[in-house]
Amino acid sequence: MEVALSVFVGIFFAVAIYLMLSKHIIRILLGVSIFGNAVNLTIFTVGRVVREVPPIIPEALQTPDTITANPLPQALILTAIVISFSFFAFLLVLAFRTYQELGTDDTDGMRVAEPEGEPLPPLGY
Amino acid sequence: MAAETVDISNAMVTAPATLGDWLVVAPVAIPLVFGAVLLMVRHETRFHAGLAIAGLMATFAANVGLLERVLSEGPQAMTMGRWLPPFGISFAADALGASLALVATLVAIVCAIYATKEIDATGRRYGFYPFMLLMMAGVGGSFLTGDVFNLYVWFEVFLISSFGMLVLGSTHRQLDGATKYAILNLVGTTLFLTATAFLYGTFGTLNMADIAGKVDAMRDTGPLMTLTVLYLLAFGMKAAAFPLNFWLPASYHTPSIVTAALFGGVLTKVGVYAMMRILVMLFPVERAVLADLIAWVAAGTMVLGIMGALAQSDIRRVLGFVVISGVGVMMAGVALGTEAGLTGTVLYAFHSIIAMTALYLLAGVMNGLGGSYSLHELSGLYRNYPLLAAFALLLVLSAAGLPPASGLWPKVILVRASLDAGLPWLSFAILLTGLLTTVAMGRVFILTIWRQTAKPAENDTVVAGRPAVGYAALAMLSLPILLLGLYPEPLIRIATVSATGLLEASSYLGAVFPMEAQP
Repeated sequence: MEVALSVFVGIFFAVAIYLMLSKHIIRILLGVSIFGNAVNLTIFTVGRVVREVPPIIPEALQTPDTITANPLPQALILTAIVISFSFFAFLLVLAFRTYQELGTDDTDGMRVAEPEGEPLPPLGY
Repeated sequence: MAAETVDISNAMVTAPATLGDWLVVAPVAIPLVFGAVLLMVRHETRFHAGLAIAGLMATFAANVGLLERVLSEGPQAMTMGRWLPPFGISFAADALGASLALVATLVAIVCAIYATKEIDATGRRYGFYPFMLLMMAGVGGSFLTGDVFNLYVWFEVFLISSFGMLVLGSTHRQLDGATKYAILNLVGTTLFLTATAFLYGTFGTLNMADIAGKVDAMRDTGPLMTLTVLYLLAFGMKAAAFPLNFWLPASYHTPSIVTAALFGGVLTKVGVYAMMRILVMLFPVERAVLADLIAWVAAGTMVLGIMGALAQSDIRRVLGFVVISGVGVMMAGVALGTEAGLTGTVLYAFHSIIAMTALYLLAGVMNGLGGSYSLHELSGLYRNYPLLAAFALLLVLSAAGLPPASGLWPKVILVRASLDAGLPWLSFAILLTGLLTTVAMGRVFILTIWRQTAKPAENDTVVAGRPAVGYAALAMLSLPILLLGLYPEPLIRIATVSATGLLEASSYLGAVFPMEAQP
């Protein structure tokens, strides 16, 4: 199971990095989204995958009597999903606003903050 | 019932939390509470500045109390939910985190005061002050947390708040800059999370003290080198180290000047702090293997950064590159990894937080008086504003690392540390950076302050009274700059305690795991 998941994680990372290398903001954002999910899947995999045994302690005992699923990766992933989803939502709005205002989502054309051919500072006075 | 016989002292903290414990979380809790209150009164913009300044003052007081306690009693720790560490999330304040949180809060107060003039009612209604308080909560949390995943969460807290501050106003330039800043920083923190995933898979714990205790046993079997490289990449991106620094000059000159001041002062130092905490404290052996690489990155960052500053004609963009160059100087200490080197890094972080904020605010005051940020247009400020010229001179000396200002001692310590470590070329890079900074900032000073003004009559009409708030802010920051330049002993002592705390983590471990410390 870990092997299959690791292959999946690898594919996710590859797709994410390929998309993020694009010049277009929307593709970069899709890449960022997949990147976040690749990491979530990584956390899930490194937390050791076991059969679906809930971590519930029997009433008479103080510790679980069998190996149970590890709940911590799920807590971590839940946090990471909430964060990456909210960031993705913010970035989508930001990218759309930028596209509306600047008229392009090509990063080569986004030179408003750093215009090309700026004059050098004065060399004397 | 079986539950009555269970002894919880093996799993839970049974002693009630003391005042010192609460102090550990107060620098995070106070700005969070004030930020939430500010959000509730979002439409009552007249209360915002007062509430925000009061909140930051309270945070500052908590920081002072915490630092005093840390210096007298050693690192302090508190674990959330009363679960014993490593199961509960620990907050652990040592001299490094507490002192950086204190300095960051100081500049935040000054920025909040300066913003009373800079940010209008519209900006306040869109939430400038709540964003600022929440960002400082995130920064404070990053400095004080003792848990790697929690550190990631605090990174995201201050990152999302910084997005809000960055786009406030929504001009074309801001949208352009914010898009690049947001995407590249999000990729950086996601890399951080990737490294943290593997860290968890390797150690089965995310508590920093726990990891520091277990790292020696994992050295033969765990992929620690991979982890260290991933963390170096992620934090290098956050700290704007060459060649991962391109988001900074693309964005830091676009927002309002007070936002830029706070960002330029505080945010990159959080990356440097995280680098020190993870690389030096948790993975010292792996850091030593990477020392050459870090040294080259440091030298590249400082020299190329300041060369970028030389080519700019907008003061804010000059300052953006000076921030990058400072990150390189701080990384030199991380590359050395010696007590002296880390002392220099911590001291330089104090200096850089205060001096960069002050320089951005100085640019803001110049813009208020001269109506421009361009080196082509600003001129002759000495004629009407000699006090501004005095502040400018002090801050230029500070950035260049010349006496009597604050930049001198950290650079002296770092140059000496790199000579002692047998890296003369690194000390040459630091000195070359100092020379080029003197040229770049000296030129800003000469052109804006001394140059004969082209249109004196028009310049006089721009004047709308003396910028009292701006002068007050500059004076508040000039005092610590002069203090660090003229009487650096107390701060050097704090920096030394911070550096030894990183290299000898036993007291940090003892604070987080009090039971195991006295067997």
